[in-house]
Amino acid sequence: MKYIDEFRDGATARQLARRIRDAVRPDRRYQLMEFCGGHTHAIYRYGVQDLLPDSVRMVHGPGCPVCVLPIGRLDMALELAERPEVILCSYGDMLRVPASGGRSLIQARGRGRDVRMVYSAADALALARAHPDREVVFFAIGFETTTPPTAVAIRAASAEGLENFSVLCNHVLTPAAVANILDSPDAREIGQVPIDGFLGPAHVSIVIGTEAYERFAAGYHKPVVISGFEPLDVMQSIWMLMKQINEGRAEVENQYIRAVTRRGNVKAQEIVAEVFETRREFEWRGLGIVPDSALQIRARFARFDAERRYPLRYVAVADNRACACGSILRGVAQPTDCKLFGRACTPESPMGSCMVSSEGACAAYYQYGRFRSVAAPARV
Amino acid sequence: MAAPARRSLGRPIDFERGLVELAHGSGGRAMAQLIEDLFARELSNAWLDARNDHACIDLPAGRLAVSTDSFVVSPLFFPGGDIGSLAVHGTLNDVAMSGARPLHLTAGFIIEAGFPLADLKRIVASMARAAAAAGVSVVTGDTKVVERDQADGLFINTTGFGIVPENLNLSGDRARPGDCVLLSGTLGDHGVAVMSRRSGLEFDTHILSDSAALHDLVRVMVEAAPELRCLRDPTRGGLATTLNEIARQSGVGICIRETELPISAEVAAACELLGLDPLYVANEGKLVAICPPADAERLLGVMRAHPLGARAAWIGEVEADAHHFVRMQTAFGGHRVVDWLSGEQLPRIC
Repeated sequence: MKYIDEFRDGATARQLARRIRDAVRPDRRYQLMEFCGGHTHAIYRYGVQDLLPDSVRMVHGPGCPVCVLPIGRLDMALELAERPEVILCSYGDMLRVPASGGRSLIQARGRGRDVRMVYSAADALALARAHPDREVVFFAIGFETTTPPTAVAIRAASAEGLENFSVLCNHVLTPAAVANILDSPDAREIGQVPIDGFLGPAHVSIVIGTEAYERFAAGYHKPVVISGFEPLDVMQSIWMLMKQINEGRAEVENQYIRAVTRRGNVKAQEIVAEVFETRREFEWRGLGIVPDSALQIRARFARFDAERRYPLRYVAVADNRACACGSILRGVAQPTDCKLFGRACTPESPMGSCMVSSEGACAAYYQYGRFRSVAAPARV
Repeated sequence: MAAPARRSLGRPIDFERGLVELAHGSGGRAMAQLIEDLFARELSNAWLDARNDHACIDLPAGRLAVSTDSFVVSPLFFPGGDIGSLAVHGTLNDVAMSGARPLHLTAGFIIEAGFPLADLKRIVASMARAAAAAGVSVVTGDTKVVERDQADGLFINTTGFGIVPENLNLSGDRARPGDCVLLSGTLGDHGVAVMSRRSGLEFDTHILSDSAALHDLVRVMVEAAPELRCLRDPTRGGLATTLNEIARQSGVGICIRETELPISAEVAAACELLGLDPLYVANEGKLVAICPPADAERLLGVMRAHPLGARAAWIGEVEADAHHFVRMQTAFGGHRVVDWLSGEQLPRIC
């Protein structure tokens, strides 16, 4: 596959690995947080950490939209799914996430509720047009990448005068989460070792631009490198971060120049601003209540807002006490630190959200990397 | 044995515009006519022509290999095959993985009322062609019709049997550390071909299903390497599932090399777009062979000389591992687990 294989080339990876080894200062460690689940997935799927020296450690961040959605919001979606007139649709991963009382959307579907998997907000809109006698609710989740398509769907519904379409909006904002991690004392320091730099999101940054991270680099003196999702992108970005750290710089650098600009996608930003406004606060799994960290639908589009259309109330639900998703999402624990990992909590019967989405740190580690946590197999 | 001439049971069945009705499965005249004019005609052989509810078969001496499989693929027609040919190949291959030469098949049809007779005829004819090409007969069958919306068009169950050559013992529990893992050709063609015709996911591709009967390839392989440990066709769940099954059955680990895996450029591109991993996508005309290291080169040569093994590859080795992990050395240079499939990647693929 042209333009894909080039970014997964083993020979180039070995060259980059050499450069990374050469960049290591013997007197220090490099603790780097990859914010996005997409990066976590790539690191495990391609075995990137096998090519990194021991002193370079990757810490998984909260950038997995399925993982950070609190149980209480999922309970709201389940409540909607129970209404006989409603077709509730969402992205595939969302259907399997456990809600409170061991329930899930896929279970609701098994009981005959009309829950459907869609690939985009546009699919949900098409469902609404095709079923004028039903109420179609799109359970919207995601960071800045999936927000513009939701905004476009709401605008289209408004222009068409579509009466049977609404959105349960759970769109969240990346910069707010980064700031929260940098402000929280336990997240800034893992044991005694602080996070030295951030691998910035790929797709999110296409929309919001590199500009959005400048205040972290300057204000917290942490280097940020915006990185593509292919494994060579990740390797190159790690090397760029190490160089900044070695030289004492804290800048926003852009490795993903083939897609990301400083300003981002201004048109998408405008459409989002037209349809959405910032929520005063929103609960994140792992991070708790984070001010100004999510979006809600503007009053002008109120009739497409499921939270105004239906009598829904958010009730916060605590995670299972043994589940370490919260600490894992803040980067203060590894999947293998969790007592449930691989025992009570597996991809077949996930207890925490990090085990559900393939972008979740636990699922990625379980699926691709867990041979590392047991003794290496004997070679013959 | 020539079939005696049979009297017509009524108005001829309209195989162009007609639909299957409940009466076609009720045991009466309509059913007799459907069997007569379609199944018996297309699949004709001495056992079917005898019109008994069973077939009496003289078998050669030896161990009997039997396998049964139900086919619920959606859509029924896909590039490179249909549910009819698939129902023949799928079951024959399961029998062939024992090393047996398949002899006969049975077939059961569950048809939804309202199903177009033209489609049914096309499917039965395709089944007849696939069976004839593989040198097997459908010796007995069954037809049931259920009410509309009780089955999605048509389901087929087939059972196949054959005789295992003397002194041949192929089994998933025989892989030993140091053994070699061979794969007969490209991965993922069937799954992607079916996906490309799914409603809601239709995309333009030239990928054909690899659906094929593998017993002739198996024949040349067991002749060349009688010490072969195990054969298995990586159907549902793909190569990853098959290797995990063998690792668990044999109590070993397996390590494969990503750079050796044959995958066509079209399948790789389609998987990239759909977010699928070709290791988990179904195949219907491929097999995995585990053999002692001394046999690997010879076996690979024999496979590559056969039309169904032209792109065969030596993809990895069996290793001692108490955790029974299947691992892969990535093209990128690292290692990862190739885990059991979790959840459903592609429902109703066969």
